[in-house]
Amino acid sequence: MLDDLTSKLDGVLKKIRGQGKINDKNIDESLREVRRVLFDADVNYKVVSKFISDVKEKSLGQNVLTSITPGQLIVKIINDELIKLMGSEKAEIKFSDRIPSVIMMVGLQGSGKTTFSAKLAKYLKAKGRNPLLAACDVYRPAAIEQLKILGKQAGVPVYSDLEEKDVLKISRDAIQYAKENARDTLIIDTAGRLAIDDEMMNEVSKIKDALQPEEILFVVDSMTGQDAVNTAKAFHDKLNYDGVILTKLDGDTRGGAALSIKAVVNVPVKFAGIGEKLDAIEQFHPDRMASRILGMGDIVSFVEKAQTEFDMSESGKLEEKLRKNKFDFNDFLSYMNQIKKMGSLSSLISMIPGANKMLKNQEVDDSALTKVESVILSMTNKERENPNLLNGSRRRRIADGSGNPIQQVNRVIKQFEDMQKMMKQFNRDKGRGLMKKMKLPANLMKEFKA
Amino acid sequence: MSFLDKIGLKKLKDGLNKTKENLVGKVNRLVNARGVIDDDFLVELEEILLASDIGFETSEKLIEKIKERTLTDKYVDQDELNKLINDELKRVFYDTTSEFKTFDFKSEIKPFVIMVVGVNGVGKTTSIGKLAYNFKNAGKSVLIGSADTFRAAANDQLDIWAKRAGVEIIQSNSSSDPASIAFDTIKSGLSKNTDVIIIDTAGRLHNKTHLMEELKKIKRVMQKVIPDAPHEIFIVIDSTTGQNGLNQAKEFSNALNGLTGIILTKLDGTAKGGIVLKINKEMKLPVRFIGVGEQIDDLQVFESEKFVEAMFGK
Repeated sequence: MLDDLTSKLDGVLKKIRGQGKINDKNIDESLREVRRVLFDADVNYKVVSKFISDVKEKSLGQNVLTSITPGQLIVKIINDELIKLMGSEKAEIKFSDRIPSVIMMVGLQGSGKTTFSAKLAKYLKAKGRNPLLAACDVYRPAAIEQLKILGKQAGVPVYSDLEEKDVLKISRDAIQYAKENARDTLIIDTAGRLAIDDEMMNEVSKIKDALQPEEILFVVDSMTGQDAVNTAKAFHDKLNYDGVILTKLDGDTRGGAALSIKAVVNVPVKFAGIGEKLDAIEQFHPDRMASRILGMGDIVSFVEKAQTEFDMSESGKLEEKLRKNKFDFNDFLSYMNQIKKMGSLSSLISMIPGANKMLKNQEVDDSALTKVESVILSMTNKERENPNLLNGSRRRRIADGSGNPIQQVNRVIKQFEDMQKMMKQFNRDKGRGLMKKMKLPANLMKEFKA
Repeated sequence: MSFLDKIGLKKLKDGLNKTKENLVGKVNRLVNARGVIDDDFLVELEEILLASDIGFETSEKLIEKIKERTLTDKYVDQDELNKLINDELKRVFYDTTSEFKTFDFKSEIKPFVIMVVGVNGVGKTTSIGKLAYNFKNAGKSVLIGSADTFRAAANDQLDIWAKRAGVEIIQSNSSSDPASIAFDTIKSGLSKNTDVIIIDTAGRLHNKTHLMEELKKIKRVMQKVIPDAPHEIFIVIDSTTGQNGLNQAKEFSNALNGLTGIILTKLDGTAKGGIVLKINKEMKLPVRFIGVGEQIDDLQVFESEKFVEAMFGK
């Protein structure tokens, strides 16, 4: 997408080459493309207009250096401006000395409050807090039950009162319960509500007044369109919340809503939900969101994820083997397991800039890994250690044993040989840090185009 | 008298009231302020259109059309302009005829199987509760299959809706395989000669290959019992959804070899759901139902004429 934008802008700006400067005339057409990109990413139209005029101002009169294209220059200005707008600091959850510190989650229906409450509880627990969840959604059928189940999965107790319909009373009782049970953090899950529903907005407002939460978090679906600003603003007017939570960011939305909300209410996005599992939560990185809105991919998150998940001792062993050129099918298998730990191939690929483009529209088949695995597992130990043994009849036996056609077996062996070659190459260039290593899964992924 | 007539347009209009004020109010003010359709006017009109999530291209095309039609006569009054936009918007909507325009649709097919899909949190389960209620009220026997085995308490939620609607439900106790629940539901519906079977599925993001595979499997096993099932596959789209809605519709359609309709939910809020115009146009996928509230009767059969009218007013 970024490449797209850059090349489009270059096309538009070709004529600048001779002129050497970005001027009023040549920039208008290119900014039209930028507008389109921002609208396609769901950035609010007001924010877009303001943004475009800022970028125009910054771009005018800029000298086009010989080393970069005018398109690249404008994209750089846009990126810088976006980062400036998003902010660059990570924001933390506020706590006080009060027992318990209160965090209240609010938002529209279906934004992901209940799931995120449980994720946050688990996250804070791991940080050494002692959280309690309070089920204050008395409207949606089975919402309380949902929170109870999630609380159990997170290993965090849930306060609920199925008989009580008064949400204010439930939340007060939850505070009492927290005090009696030495819980230092209370996370209140509230019902989804429309910003224009006065009665329901008054309900959360009352909880706010009575409990004085240390932190009110507005939960918003990252796929939200232009309406994000209306809702964010209406909730902010009423509750003056402290942070925004962006959910379902593991989808393929560009998430322009995040930018719009930041621009309109100037409250930091604190966390993002990035999957259905309870540990799929991460601190929000505003600078990375800028690249995502422009479609640059999220290479930094990718590397970080790789860093935490890639078992260092395992990879050390792997390196040792590589040095000795002893990479066999057993190592291939363990290498694949390492990759699997990092998440689905498709989600990994979505984080690599340009990867989606590289793979065009070919679907990445996550089950391909399983197929490869089944082939390797049908080999004998000797075959795995010494792939040279794999002659025709052995290959046929493996095909039958693993329930794959013989072509699949041949393909896996070919992939393995390619990988061996890559490994040797890698071995020669080693010492360039993790970034280098990450090329391996990228290459491997290429093999798994469905 | 069908159930729908009783509700009429009131609720939709109430729900869209905010929307209507936004759009019509703004357009009106704009026309009054300027009196002339010039470039500035069109820029402002574009912003109004973009704010409804109909997307850059659709908005651009609409503006082009309006430009063309006002080229000869620069001055257009408020009513004329509203009508113009109205007409053009209606033209954007691609209309298809379907088995059911109402809940008491006549069908030779029995059981008539409906599968409901969509991303997380759009309102699938709630919509299914409402659908079941409406079909039941229209005199149909209904069976729901709860194939969302992933989300915590999804079963319980659907069970409560089924009770409210007064329809039967099949759900898992220990099995965690959604396909097997779908299979059981179809089998049971077939043996009981049920009129309508509705299969709920877990919310899933459309870029998760393995979850889309699961969806394909659910469809495949249903076809083991009834080869041409499901007869309808509805995607549920939240009206707050932005441009990503098109990706959602495309990916679900790719995985399932076609969708048959959209259920547009949460239209009682401030969001306008304009993305459905884009989906409708690009994919020839009609909106079938709209959700306008949290109560069981807050679901209506969609009619593009009325929708656009309610959206822009007369």
